[in-house]
Amino acid sequence: MSSYLIRNAQILGGAAQDIFISEGVIQEIGTDLTVEADVDIDAHGLIALPGLVDLHTHLREPGREDAETVLTGTQAAAKGGFTAVHAMANTFPVADTAGVVEQVWRLGQAAGYCDVQPIGAVTVGLEGKKLAELGAMHDSAAAVRVFSDDGKCVDDAVIMRRALEYVKAFDGVVAQHAQEPRLTEGAQMNEGQVSGELGLGGWPAVAEEAIIARDVLLAAHVGSRLHVCHVSTAGSVEIIRWAKAKGWPVTAEVTPHHLLLTDELVRSYDAVYKVNPPLRTADDVHALRMALADGTIDAVATDHAPHPMEDKECEWAAAAMGMVGLETALSVVQQAMVETGLLNWEGVADRMSHRPARIGRLSGHGRPVSVGEPANLVLFDPGYRGTVIPDSFATRSRNTPYRGLELPGRVHATFLRGVPTVLAGELVEPGELA
Amino acid sequence: MTASLDSTQPRPPHQVLDGADISRVITRIAHEIVERAKGAEDVVLLGIHTRGVHLGRRLHARLTQITGREIPLGTLDITMYRDDLRLKPARALEHTEIPSGGIDGKLVILVDDVLFSGRTIRAALDALGDIGRPRAVQLAVLVDRGHRELPIRADYVGKNLPTSLREAVQVRLSDSDGHDAVLVGDRDYAARSSQALAADPILPE
Amino acid sequence: MKRHLVSAADLSRDDALLVLDTAEELAQLSGRAVKKLPTLRGRTVVNLFFEDSTRTKTSFEVAEKRLSADVINFAAKGSSVSKGESLKDTALTLQAMGADAVVIRHHASGAPARLAQSDWLHGSVINAGDGTHEHPTQALLDAFTMRRHLNPGLGHDLAGRRVTIVGDVLHSRVARSNVLLLNTLGAEVTFVAPPTLLPIGIENWPCEVSYDLDSTLAKTDAVMMLRVQRERMNAAFFPTEREYSRRYGLNGTRMARLPEHAIVMHPGPMVRGMEITAEVADSPRCTVVEQVANGVSIRMAVLYLLLGGATLADAPRTEAPENAA
Repeated sequence: MSSYLIRNAQILGGAAQDIFISEGVIQEIGTDLTVEADVDIDAHGLIALPGLVDLHTHLREPGREDAETVLTGTQAAAKGGFTAVHAMANTFPVADTAGVVEQVWRLGQAAGYCDVQPIGAVTVGLEGKKLAELGAMHDSAAAVRVFSDDGKCVDDAVIMRRALEYVKAFDGVVAQHAQEPRLTEGAQMNEGQVSGELGLGGWPAVAEEAIIARDVLLAAHVGSRLHVCHVSTAGSVEIIRWAKAKGWPVTAEVTPHHLLLTDELVRSYDAVYKVNPPLRTADDVHALRMALADGTIDAVATDHAPHPMEDKECEWAAAAMGMVGLETALSVVQQAMVETGLLNWEGVADRMSHRPARIGRLSGHGRPVSVGEPANLVLFDPGYRGTVIPDSFATRSRNTPYRGLELPGRVHATFLRGVPTVLAGELVEPGELA
Repeated sequence: MTASLDSTQPRPPHQVLDGADISRVITRIAHEIVERAKGAEDVVLLGIHTRGVHLGRRLHARLTQITGREIPLGTLDITMYRDDLRLKPARALEHTEIPSGGIDGKLVILVDDVLFSGRTIRAALDALGDIGRPRAVQLAVLVDRGHRELPIRADYVGKNLPTSLREAVQVRLSDSDGHDAVLVGDRDYAARSSQALAADPILPE
Repeated sequence: MKRHLVSAADLSRDDALLVLDTAEELAQLSGRAVKKLPTLRGRTVVNLFFEDSTRTKTSFEVAEKRLSADVINFAAKGSSVSKGESLKDTALTLQAMGADAVVIRHHASGAPARLAQSDWLHGSVINAGDGTHEHPTQALLDAFTMRRHLNPGLGHDLAGRRVTIVGDVLHSRVARSNVLLLNTLGAEVTFVAPPTLLPIGIENWPCEVSYDLDSTLAKTDAVMMLRVQRERMNAAFFPTEREYSRRYGLNGTRMARLPEHAIVMHPGPMVRGMEITAEVADSPRCTVVEQVANGVSIRMAVLYLLLGGATLADAPRTEAPENAA
C-alpha cells in the first residue's frame, strides 16, 4: 500500500495543512510536514472533506445491469467523492433476504471503489404486506441496519409500526418513502399550478406529508428510529421540525435535485425531470435549504436512480422516474448551500458524511479528519467551473437533469481507507486499487 | 429601352400611363368587350387579386353604363393554385367571390393589371376549372409587358409595354395606392432603395 | 406562425386571426362542386393516432385530402412495442418516409411537445389532442364558430364576449386550449364545475371560476358543455350521474336563462342525459354539427399555413429567385 502526502489541503475549508496517509490511516496532519511519502499530491486550493456517505443509492444490480452495476455505480460514487453508499433494496430480485443483501455486499467488496452497505426491504417483495426477514439480513455478512421499501411506501400503518418496533432489537432504522398511494394514483409531477396547465396527473404535497406525520407519531409511540427519505416539501419540513422539537428519534434526508430544481422545468415535458418524489416549487426548495442548514434535515442523499436512455427518451407518462446524482451531488450542494452562505464546508461534511454515517450506523465512515482515523477522504476543488457532460460520467446511465448546466466544483481525489479511487479527477483503474 | 439597358446606374421609375390614360383604356376595353361578346350578355367579370379586383370593378361600372345592364362581377384569389407557394412562407388568402349565377356556360373575362410570365393566369384557369365550366374564358389586362413563360395571351390589352427583365412595372390604383399611374423602373432601383420599397411594397406580377 | 401547433399558446393574436380568416375563405369550398385545392400536392401528412378518435381523425383527413396532400394514416394504438421506444422509433420511421407534417393524437400529455422539440423528425407537428393537456385545433374551431355567431367578419376577434365552459375541466384538453386561445382573442372565460373537477391552481388561470351554473347563464354569450365521462363517478369526483346533471347539466329550463343571442356548444361526443339534455342538444341554438363542419375549414387553414408555403424541408430551395413582375 502506497503512502500519500497531501500538501496544503484546506481541511473542512480551514487553513491549508498537509495530511500524511499511510497504511489506510491518517498518520500526521500539520504544516510543512517533512515525512517521505511514495506519492506527493499538491492540494493547493482544494478542500479536504471526510469521504462522503450516501444513504440512498440505486445500484440496480441484481436485475437491471443495463442501467447500472455495483461496479459502475460505485465508480460513479467514487468520482462524486463518496466512500460509502447505501444500496437500495428495489432490485430484481428484491433485496429482502440475507442472500441478496450478501450478494450486493460482496459485489461492492469486489469492486473496491466504495463501501456498499445494502439496505434491506421492509416487506417481502416491497409489497407492503408481510415483513421480510429483517433479522436475518442484519445477521448476514452485509450486517443490514437500514431497511426501506423505497420506491414504494410502507403505507399500512400496522406493518409500519411492527417494522419500527422490530428493528429496535438490532438498532435498525426504517427509511420511509413517504407517499400515500391512493392520493398519488396516476401521479406524474408535483400537483400545483404547473401540473394543472400541463394536464399531468398531480402528486400532491399532502401525500408525502400525511405519511410523514403518521410515521413520526408511530416512531414516538413505539420509541423507534425513523428515517424519512427524500423530503421534498415545505410541509414535510414543518412536521419533521416539530417531531425533532419533541425529541423524537426522527432523521431525514433531502436530495441534491430537490435543493436546486423546480417543477417549472417540467414545462419542457423532458422526462429527464421526472422523479419521485417530484420536483416541487421554489418555495419548497427554499424551505428544504433552510431545513438542511438548520439541521432539521440531517443529510443530503442522492437518490441516484440510473435509467437507460429508452426509459427517458419518450413521452412523459411512459418515462421512468429518477435521476442520476452521485457525480454531481457535491457540486449541487456547493451551488445550493455553500455559495448561498447557508452551509460552510464543515456543515457540508456534517450533512454529507458524519450524519448519514451515524444514521446508517457505519462505524468506519463519517469520522473526523484527524490523526488515527481511517483515511476516507475527498479532495474537492471548489474553484472549478465546468459544464455537466453526461458522457463523461462513470455511471452507466445518462439521465441527469444538469446536462449542459454549469456547476461549481469538482472532485480531485477520493481515498478509501488510504487507497485512492480517484486521482486528478480521473478514476483509478480497477487493477491499480491498492 | 436601350438607355435603361445600357445604364449602369439603376433608373428611378418613370410614369408611362397617368390617371386619364388608365380611365381611357378601361373605357376602350369595355367597348371592345361589348363589341366582341355581342352585347356582353353572358359575360362574367372576375377580377384577380389585388389590383385586378379594382380594375374589374371599374370595368364593370363602365360596362353597366354602356349596356345599361348589370354585368355579374366577382373576385378570384389564386393563391392556393400558385406554382411558387414553396418559395416563401404561406400567404394570407384573399376573398374569392363567384357571382350568384355561377360561371357554368358563361363567358368569363379574367381581369388583371399586368400580364407578364402568364403564371398567374395559368393558376386562375386552374381555379376556374374547379369552380365550374365556363363557355369560354378571356383575359383583360391593363398592361402587357411581355416575357411570357407559358402559352397564354390576353384578349383585351390596355397597353403593350415592351420591357426588359431588369425592369419592374408598377401599377398604382387609387383604391389601394392613393392615385392612378403605371410606372416602369429598374428592379434594382426598387431593391436598392428602401424608400422606393416602402412606397411600393407590392410589385405586381 | 411557429412551425408547429402544439399549444394554443403558440398562436399570437395575429396568428389566430390569420387562421380564422383563412378558414373563413376555405369554408366556401364546401359549397363547390370540386371541393379540392391543389395547394399541398406532393406534401405528405401523417395522421399518427395513438388513441381512438374517429371524429378528429376524419376531420383532419378530409382537410388534408381537400388540400391534395398525400395522407398516411398511422394507427399506433394496440402496437405492442414499448411505449417510449415506439414514439421515438415511429417518429424516426415517419421522418425516413419524408413526412412533411405529423398530426398526432396521444393519450400522454406532452407527447406532441416532445416530438416537436426532438430532432427525431423535421416536419411540422400538429397536436390533435394530447392526454389531458391541449387540443388547439378544437379551440380554433370553437373560436371560429363563436366569431361567426357573436362577432362575424374577417379580422374580428372575440373582445368582451363572455364564454362559459362547464364540466370536467380537470381532465379536459379542450378547456385548456380554449382558455388560452379565448384570452388571446379577448374573450372572458368562466369555468363552471364541481370543485373536484377543477385543477389545483386554477385561481391563477386567466379566467373566472364558479361552482354555480345558474348564476352565470344570464351573463353568457356562448356556453360550452364539456363531456363528462361516467367513469369519473367511480373515482368519487361526483356522487351520481343524476346529481351531476341536476347541478351542472344543461337542460331546457337553464337554456332559457341564456340571453337571446347566446349559443350552446359542445366539442362532442355528447353524453346526452349527463351534461346536456336531448332537448338542448337538438335545439337550433346548439352548434355541435356546425362545429364539426367548421373543424374541416380550421384544419385546412392550419395545414395550409404550416405547410402551404416554404417549409424547413424546402430550405435549400428558398434561395431561388422569386418570379415577380
